[in-house]
Amino acid sequence: MMESIGTVLLAMLAGSLRVSTPFLFVSLGECLTEKSGRINLGNEGVLVLGAMVAYATSYETGSPWAGVAAAAVAGLLLGGIHGAICSLARVNDVAMGIAIMLAGTGIAFFFGKPYVQPSATLLSGIPFGFWSDNAQVRNALSVCPLFLLGIASAIALHWCFNATRVGLRVRIVGDSQDAALALGLPIDRTRFLATACGSALAGIGGAFLSLYYPGSWNEGLSSGQGLMAVALVVFSRWNPINCIYASLLFGAAGALGPSLQTVGITWGYYLFYAAPYIFTLVVLIVTARGGKSLRGMPGQLSIGR
Amino acid sequence: MTHAIGVEAVGIGKHFGAFHALSDVSLKVTPGTVHGLLGENGAGKSTLVKCLLGYYKADDGGFIVDGREASIERPADADALGLGMVYQHFTLVPSMTVAENLVMSRQNVPATIDWRSEIAGLKQFMERMPFKVPLEVEVGSLAAGERQKTEIIKQLYLERKFLVLDEPTSVLTPQEATEMLGLVRGLAHSGTLTIVIITHKLKEVAAFVDEVTVLRRGRMAGSGRVKDLGPSDLTAMMIGEPHAPKNPERKGAPSSETRLAISSLRTAEDTGRKGLSIRSLTVHANEIVGIAGVSGNGQKDLVEVLGGQRPIASGSMQVDGAPYDASREQSRARDVRVLPEEPLRNGCVPPMTVIENLNLRGFDLGPAKSRRWWLDRVAMANRARQMIAAYGIRTPSPRAPIGVLSGGNVQRCVLARELDGDVRLLIVANPCFGLDVKAVAETRARIMAARNAGTAVLLISEDLDEILELADRVVVMHEGEIVHEMAAEGADPQEIGRHMLGHHA
Repeated sequence: MMESIGTVLLAMLAGSLRVSTPFLFVSLGECLTEKSGRINLGNEGVLVLGAMVAYATSYETGSPWAGVAAAAVAGLLLGGIHGAICSLARVNDVAMGIAIMLAGTGIAFFFGKPYVQPSATLLSGIPFGFWSDNAQVRNALSVCPLFLLGIASAIALHWCFNATRVGLRVRIVGDSQDAALALGLPIDRTRFLATACGSALAGIGGAFLSLYYPGSWNEGLSSGQGLMAVALVVFSRWNPINCIYASLLFGAAGALGPSLQTVGITWGYYLFYAAPYIFTLVVLIVTARGGKSLRGMPGQLSIGR
Repeated sequence: MTHAIGVEAVGIGKHFGAFHALSDVSLKVTPGTVHGLLGENGAGKSTLVKCLLGYYKADDGGFIVDGREASIERPADADALGLGMVYQHFTLVPSMTVAENLVMSRQNVPATIDWRSEIAGLKQFMERMPFKVPLEVEVGSLAAGERQKTEIIKQLYLERKFLVLDEPTSVLTPQEATEMLGLVRGLAHSGTLTIVIITHKLKEVAAFVDEVTVLRRGRMAGSGRVKDLGPSDLTAMMIGEPHAPKNPERKGAPSSETRLAISSLRTAEDTGRKGLSIRSLTVHANEIVGIAGVSGNGQKDLVEVLGGQRPIASGSMQVDGAPYDASREQSRARDVRVLPEEPLRNGCVPPMTVIENLNLRGFDLGPAKSRRWWLDRVAMANRARQMIAAYGIRTPSPRAPIGVLSGGNVQRCVLARELDGDVRLLIVANPCFGLDVKAVAETRARIMAARNAGTAVLLISEDLDEILELADRVVVMHEGEIVHEMAAEGADPQEIGRHMLGHHA
């Protein structure tokens, strides 16, 4: 009994480190975009497109890191389209985001067809479990370099928001249009760049899906991580450091189903797989109780105005 | 310290389409003085200073800054000349600290900010200032008075030589206003900077201003030294008549019949601000109870509770002795009406027609107060026509969307709707905000007439003069609590101001 609990916990830790990475990248990207006062629901599409582009690039060039870079560029472009169109008068960013989401997945499926079968070079994990001779521990502690890159990005983003000119300008534009106008800041350009860069991060999250875990390209690769990241940003109170914790927590919830399977619990299979979605619902209900405004929410977000 | 500069505007004209906001307006501000820019709402004061600060480009005329002709096309041009402005709607970023706001307002922010040295520099700078604000506190959590001071500090930090203050005392208590204006005058007279104050408060003009320019309907109505002008001269220049409209007449004493009784009312805290905590508040028939307080001390929450927009955590509300939950059914049954602040936003549906907006209270009721499924458009239009005639509402057509009406006419519509029929309890919030002198007088007269006819009125206002003029009894709110209560007659504004700031000794 004790042993199987240990196994489950170890599997959940391992799963959490793995499953959290796409959450982390998309939520960081979404956090950056929302801090500038805009919502990008298109990041789900960016995630899928990033996964496809990364896989295809890695297959064609043999270098998975070229794939990661290509995914970031794909995200930058798709996010740039979203950012540019939302800069036009009377364009609703929520509706536009859904269009981008559908466009991104559609493009990915269309161009990704030939890459479902072939196997590309994947990213390899860094063996932090070398000290142990337990295969499970070694397996659990094999960490993808992208996860570390994600942690570094979160810290960098946090520093950026607090101690750089660019970061503070993004916050001003996102929080008070009056102040931004009075300071003569370029509101549309700031939001455009924040959206594009945010989507580049989301694209890297997609590269993780196809090049590390699960580590293949097919049409069912994403299970809504791009959309759940929006909830995650709310949960994190628009703070990049909190995005790390929130992603790990969501990752752990996502790893619950597979972990229980490893010890032979097979009942409630679909129920456990639904854990992250249920968790998202609970988080949204708890954080959005009536009568209270959300603390930390950028003042210019279209859903808050 | 920098040296105050003079600014002259010569023959400024500005039109928006066919509407002439300014025609041939000139302004001469002497260096090192406090200059008052007076006029009613819509007289063109804001347009004039916006031209001066580069937000608008004047169609005619030009500016002379510090003795030299200056072309001001963009805000950055005004900035380079050392001209600054403190807006009525603050332009500080609420989620950032005072220090972050100050540093980011500078032109030459470094790419990465070394907070330790910036904070040290700001502390040194703050030492030299006539008043202090905390540096590492989020602006959103500062009281209105402190925010106002922060705005002025920001302008001093930017080393302005010429500063425009737009209605700077509208959100301050009498003490804060006196203190702030005194400090500002001190800065001007010491030659640090030149000040222009946009205002319509004649008392402030008499006490703190050296020279005035008065605008009326986009034209110059007069100018001169305050010493040489009396209040009636200024009033005459502002509204074209030598006397301001008379205060409405109060008839009879408040009755002993309790209409509204609130006890032990609490609401949850919101966004870090304390909720309401009201032990007891009553309003009687034939009585106006005025709630004074610095903006943001729970007055808005109270209006929302009474209007059914905010849930209560505990406590009770009673109207005419029966429990009251502010639902549509109960407000109808007990004849409770609400005149919210910013009526176009809070009390109307802007794209709907004047007829529809005038019928929002009763569109779903038949003759015998029965529910109806189908709207009776004819009856609605007839009722609206009666109201339009009775309240003198000026609208292009009863079928025009209410959003196109002027502020005064929107307020007339809401007054007509809310005062229609038998009103037992009336909740009023900042009813005269942004209205011109005539509309203000009319609105106040309507409220007083309702009181004289037996309505119990709860008046929430940020304008202490308005409360002292209308109310029978004044209560002061501070941080969601009622901290003081007194008869309005003979009440001392200074004492009320002390309680508004939370000094109850």
